[in-house]
Amino acid sequence: MTDPVVAAEGLSKVFRDDNLGYVTAIDALTLNVRPGELTALVGPDGAGKTTLMRMFAGLMKPDGGSLSVLGIDVVRDPQQVQDRISYMPQRFGLYEDLSVMENLDLYADLHGVPHEERRERYARMLEMTDMARFTARPAGKLSGGMKQKLGLACTLVRSPELLLLDEPSVGVDPLSRRDLWKIVQQLVEDEGLSVVLSTSYSDEAERCARVHVMHGGRVLESGQPGAIRERARGLTFTAATPDGTPARNVQARLIDASALIIDAVPQGGNVRYIRRPDADEREIEALIPGIARERRVEELEDAFMMLLREHEEAASGAAPSMKTTENGIRHDDGKPVIQVRDLVRKFGDFTAVASTSFAVERGEIFGLLGPNGAGKTTTFRMLCGLLPATSGHLEVAGRDLRTARARARARIGYVSQKFALYGNLSVRENLQFFGGAYGLGQRALRERIAAMVAQFNLDPSAISGLLPAGYRQRLAMATGLLHQPEILFLDEPTSGIDPLARRAFWRTITALAQDGVTIVITTHFMEEAEYCDRIAIQDAGEMLAIGTPREIRELAGQAGARDMNSAFIAIVEDSRDRRGTRVAA
Amino acid sequence: MSSFVSKGRFIALVRKETRQMLRDRTNLVVGLLLPVVLILLFGYGLSFDVTDARVAVVMEDNSAATTSIVSGLAGSDYISPVWVYSMAEAEQLIRKGEADAILRVPVDFTRNLAAGHGALQLILNGVDSNSAQAIEGYANSAMQSAIQINADRQGNLATQSGSVSIVSRTWFNEANDSTWFLVPGLIVLVMTLIGAFLTSLLIAREWERGTLESLFVTPARPLELVLAKLAPYVLIGAIDLVMCLLAAKFVFGVPMRGSLWIIALSSLLYLLVSLALGLAISGAMRNQFAASQVALLASFMPAMMLSGFVFDLRNVPLAIQVISNLLPATHFMGLIKTLFMAGDYWPQILRANATLAVYGVVLVALATRTLAKKLD
Repeated sequence: MTDPVVAAEGLSKVFRDDNLGYVTAIDALTLNVRPGELTALVGPDGAGKTTLMRMFAGLMKPDGGSLSVLGIDVVRDPQQVQDRISYMPQRFGLYEDLSVMENLDLYADLHGVPHEERRERYARMLEMTDMARFTARPAGKLSGGMKQKLGLACTLVRSPELLLLDEPSVGVDPLSRRDLWKIVQQLVEDEGLSVVLSTSYSDEAERCARVHVMHGGRVLESGQPGAIRERARGLTFTAATPDGTPARNVQARLIDASALIIDAVPQGGNVRYIRRPDADEREIEALIPGIARERRVEELEDAFMMLLREHEEAASGAAPSMKTTENGIRHDDGKPVIQVRDLVRKFGDFTAVASTSFAVERGEIFGLLGPNGAGKTTTFRMLCGLLPATSGHLEVAGRDLRTARARARARIGYVSQKFALYGNLSVRENLQFFGGAYGLGQRALRERIAAMVAQFNLDPSAISGLLPAGYRQRLAMATGLLHQPEILFLDEPTSGIDPLARRAFWRTITALAQDGVTIVITTHFMEEAEYCDRIAIQDAGEMLAIGTPREIRELAGQAGARDMNSAFIAIVEDSRDRRGTRVAA
Repeated sequence: MSSFVSKGRFIALVRKETRQMLRDRTNLVVGLLLPVVLILLFGYGLSFDVTDARVAVVMEDNSAATTSIVSGLAGSDYISPVWVYSMAEAEQLIRKGEADAILRVPVDFTRNLAAGHGALQLILNGVDSNSAQAIEGYANSAMQSAIQINADRQGNLATQSGSVSIVSRTWFNEANDSTWFLVPGLIVLVMTLIGAFLTSLLIAREWERGTLESLFVTPARPLELVLAKLAPYVLIGAIDLVMCLLAAKFVFGVPMRGSLWIIALSSLLYLLVSLALGLAISGAMRNQFAASQVALLASFMPAMMLSGFVFDLRNVPLAIQVISNLLPATHFMGLIKTLFMAGDYWPQILRANATLAVYGVVLVALATRTLAKKLD
């Protein structure tokens, strides 16, 4: 069988939006998926991956072109395709009031899996997902990663001829992510299953047999990961940062020089960068004098960044960057700006945060990391005064949060995970409202709004809800900075925005820190921890490690040498193992 | 769209819907407790009957004849007379809200009565026109019988020569008790309520929680989904129906002149229509809040106001009549009242049930269409 399992020819899909008019989600896309392979659709958010997946599954009708799945015209006969494929949407629809087993049974019944086959299948699925202990638990009471694994198990209650996975690892911590991958790869190897999965992680794409790079509803390039990687050959370097200087300072200088450098990110205490093919090495030398530059092996991520940047520049020219201006109030009294001692938070008899202590210095970028359900959101909420602590000492900006919460709050800015601004108000109206809410006077407000609009390159008359995700994030930041806070709290600010916007976003954060604003940030992207001065890793409510990215990597030993992601996994697993033995003894 | 229904898948889906229903406590409260509250509220709390209406009696002519006639009022359950001595005093009582009507016996009443044209003046407080009408009726009939008795007692047949006496009888609801017509209407409300408050959430909830996307890409057919969603709520509705019928029979003593089977089967048919309406709204709205608002406005409120539950539809403007007749509740309301009060009247039974069956089929088809396995 060598016929493609999916054949799309000149496929297009246009959505009508009341405000934006017609939006092209898929643009004359042609693509073939080979059987028995793991194929990845990789691209940033908004590339059209989900729309394409839904068309494969027969849930959306294309506006043009032809699409056949398993040799069936899916537009004409979606049900026949649906009887033979399995599809896991990005948000798998588990019935939260049904137990794990009841969810599995429902999908097995709907697919008509015979009972004898079911026993063997369930045993395997429960073992692979490590959920045999939880079969009676309601799905709604599982953690995010467990839900995703159960979703995959429900999708795989029978052997489909084609498996579609739409961003199976979004919002899933690295440990659960690794488990999910093990399951999928095993199925491809053992059963020769054809799998199409979409992802925005390049390390996931690297494990696939074939990769289609998507952006703006088109396929920018298709091929084996190795072939795509070729594109970056000879252009990838590492700049070794001398001890004591944060890598992000070097990164900032490099990424600002967009005529020479395609991309730069801090990693492992150094800076990885891609230079333009026509860039002059002497000019780069002048940019970061005295810093050792070393050629490194190109990765898929490098090629993606090049493709994205090329596409972006062809489409709109270079994106206007953000400028940096004075934001913070610099008065360094040498005292830590956040002090936490023996902080505890309980919900009923469940301890979400157990006896945690740390301090954050002024002008530091402090990252809170942890798997889903580790207690980092709870810690974060207590720090910004949204949630009272059960016990312990908590001092923010020199104020005791337990007694002077309102006064402490006036000195902090907060950017929530979800877009918490008014979508139908303009940029200026949102800024005016939040400035007023923080008690800024007329004149101060006008000055601050002008400063914010200039710094974040915002159009004051644009309707907030219609801004692209990256710009919405800028507006959220601008709102949080209106009253010139000493500390800015950011809760997963970069989830849902594409890598280019993420680079620009971090550039602003590092600039703010240079101005003396203290930043406390949570993130799912482990590689982003490299931008931080210090990070804290939490799991099951306990603080496992705290220190600079370098210290954390060293703590993780061998495993942490490569990158933050493996360091993180090693630290969390090690602690879980130790806890396991403690319980056993 | 395939209308093929597989037994295995259907049973799996019904099991899932039933489990979900049983695990959501608010469902059971709305489905089983709210009907009990409604039965008690409408059975005991609401009545259009007037009892002990306060009537100020102004005796300007205080003869033996007038006293004996007016004393007839005191014997009535519906009227409690308040004796006053002047018209001014009576008006005062009305204004203070301490009397609902004035009965004035004019100075020359005895003389005129003897002459065959005795007249009493009845002034009603029209602020509450329903009560005013009821009081007028009571006062009239009380006076009529009192005069009759008075005349009989005097053996004065001659004076009766010119007057015509009306003997009135109320059929079907002999006691003219409003509970008798409210309780059958209550069945309509309770059946409507389950559709409006419970099934209207079902599809919308799955859209909101994103469970439909996964369900769509299984061999499950849209019709199976719809029928499986209806099944557990038919059971809840049947329990409610039994409660209503028991309450009607044993608590409120409402007669059940039609056959029980026809009452039960017609009610279940209407229940199905109501549930399917809720589902169709739910699927069209895709949002629980919007769906419950629309269901409330499109099914429960009209069933209460426009179905003939309270107001006689023949007295409303044509436009409202047309709208009323579009409501399935109106057809069932007419039928159930006839079945309770008058008995089996086959032309109406057949016509109403045929209408309901058409509504049922159309609404199930509409609900099925909203689950047509498409996200755009």
